Amino acid sequence: MNIVVCVKYVPDAQAERTFNASDNTTDRENVDGLLSELDEYAVEEALKIVEAGEGEVTVLTVGPDAAADAVKKALQMGAHKGVHVGDDAIHGSDAIATSLVLAEAIKKIGADSAVDLVVTGMASTDGTMGVVPAMVAERLGLPAVTFASELAVDGSTGGSVTIRRDGDASTQTITATLPALVSVTDQINEPRYPSFKGIMAAKKKPVERWTLADLGIDAAQVGLDAAWTKVDSFTARPPRAQGEIVADEGDGGRRLAAFLTERKFV
Amino acid sequence: MAEVLVLVDHVEGKVRKTTSELLTIARRLGEPSAVFVGTGFDAAKETLARFGAEKVYRVESPEVLGHLVVPQAELLAQLVSSTSPAAVLVPSSPEGKEIGARLAVKTESGLITDAVDVQAAGDGSGVTTTQSVFAGSYTVSATVTKGTPIVAVKPNSATPEESAGAAADEVVDFTPSDAAKGARITESKPKQATGRPELTEAAIVVSGGRGTGGDFSKVEDFADSLGAAVGASRAAVDAGWYPHTSQVGQTGKQVSPQLYVACGISGAIQHRAGMQTSKTIVAVNKDNEAPIFELVDFGVVGDLFTVLPQATEAITAAKD
Ligand SMILES: Cc1cc2nc3c(=O)[nH]c(=O)nc-3n(C[C@H](O)[C@H](O)[C@H](O)COP(=O)(O)OP(=O)(O)OC[C@H]3O[C@@H](n4cnc5c(N)ncnc54)[C@H](O)[C@@H]3O)c2cc1C
Repeated sequence: MNIVVCVKYVPDAQAERTFNASDNTTDRENVDGLLSELDEYAVEEALKIVEAGEGEVTVLTVGPDAAADAVKKALQMGAHKGVHVGDDAIHGSDAIATSLVLAEAIKKIGADSAVDLVVTGMASTDGTMGVVPAMVAERLGLPAVTFASELAVDGSTGGSVTIRRDGDASTQTITATLPALVSVTDQINEPRYPSFKGIMAAKKKPVERWTLADLGIDAAQVGLDAAWTKVDSFTARPPRAQGEIVADEGDGGRRLAAFLTERKFV
Repeated sequence: MAEVLVLVDHVEGKVRKTTSELLTIARRLGEPSAVFVGTGFDAAKETLARFGAEKVYRVESPEVLGHLVVPQAELLAQLVSSTSPAAVLVPSSPEGKEIGARLAVKTESGLITDAVDVQAAGDGSGVTTTQSVFAGSYTVSATVTKGTPIVAVKPNSATPEESAGAAADEVVDFTPSDAAKGARITESKPKQATGRPELTEAAIVVSGGRGTGGDFSKVEDFADSLGAAVGASRAAVDAGWYPHTSQVGQTGKQVSPQLYVACGISGAIQHRAGMQTSKTIVAVNKDNEAPIFELVDFGVVGDLFTVLPQATEAITAAKD
């Protein structure tokens, strides 16, 4: 089973995240970055699949130089090799352009031995749109099963991937024929921490650096100018003024009810 | 006036409130045309008409239903090319976003997700949207610069306003491609109804966290006295105390009700990401240093097991 996991390097959610005032893009320079926590679930799931059978996990990222950290973390967890697509022209790319680069990179990875499964997280922790997986699947002509909370793979020829998805109205079981793309939620597993052995081993694992030219993508198709959407402005939400805080001295519940009544919620 | 396509979100013809919100928004941008996929159209027609749908494009084929989102994306792509709409509005749900994503690639159009407001652009062409990002700490205004604007709109982004429409239905001649059938739903277990409002649609949400110690009864009683939906923190969900579909936060639901009450929840950034844009926020927590108190309009430092029952009693008494 040949698996590609798409991962993203994101600004740390615990830090103060902001925008570049010059072009309204996400500030990735002044905030420490890391492998998006939600992608750790994707890496873990891919590792579990190959550990239960056989195969290889390639971790793929598109991003600035620092994004190499995201690849490194996934290799430390146990992925076999890495691909990092970096190019100055990519700065400011929207989901559409990012999906183009990922799709072309997956094709190139699959040129040697066909990719059976693409695994992604449910969304990034910065953009949080959650649309790149479906866009990549659309570009590759693959079926997608998204937001998996449970996953089983049948890796035989003509195999399939079956997932459980917890929806609002129902819990669904969904099956797709391989090759396919699957996105996983944070319900699916408990991502491992890299072991000391894993950290040492990662140093020797191959990581390829590709540019747009390596993928045959015209620079005009990516980046801020090629975006199909545009952020016109951003404003910091005014900090919420802290309201009244009362200590419960036997009447906390009644005071809460009084507040809700005064605000006409009762 | 150009049409605006609205993908109807429904269960066997029972139209969800988000659809009436989308139809209300669509009227700002052009003439709403509902796109109805599935069975139960007769039940849905009245609601669609009441909220201003002039036309309804409809497909009943079971092939479309059993196969998730790809056929719906193909159907919308077909309608985009035949009607050249001013915009396509879909719900900002996992399915809605996936349909939007595929449609964007198919029609070479810009996609905006998680919109909390959509208006016609000042210059009369296209749409301007508002989203909140970075766990609700920023508000962003955006436009689509290519193709047909595709916007995934969050629940509670507009107050549904009635305005009679003809809802003239037109059965669309549509056959999904073979590629669209690569994924299929093999089983679907309906969730048990709780009798409470839908989490993302509710005007009031009461959530419980690790502080409940697994006993949600006081949270539920309090919620019921207010007619509220019940949510949970991830700690409560991970412990198996409440279903994941009730999780509020970054990897759960993003809610924006009139009132949000957090009970025994500390207020981690990932939880805030799902509730920070609520109009009024209230917390009950034993720890006066819990970060959730930074957000509140009103807070009680105390044990939820004594505070909530007392509040429930007072509210129930006030209603009689
Ligand atoms: C990638 C990622 C995604 C995540 N997504 C989400 C998400 O979507 N939603 C989410 O909620 N979290 C999410 N989290 C987890 C988040 O970081 C917190 O761990 C979680 O929100 C904590 O839940 P809690 O507030 O219930 O528990 P705790 O942080 O343990 O807080 C419990 C609170 O209850 C109070 N308490 C205890 N007993 C009582 C009592 N008797 N009466 C009153 N108060 C009491 C305590 O003082 C404490 O403040 C995510 C984390 C990661 C890494």
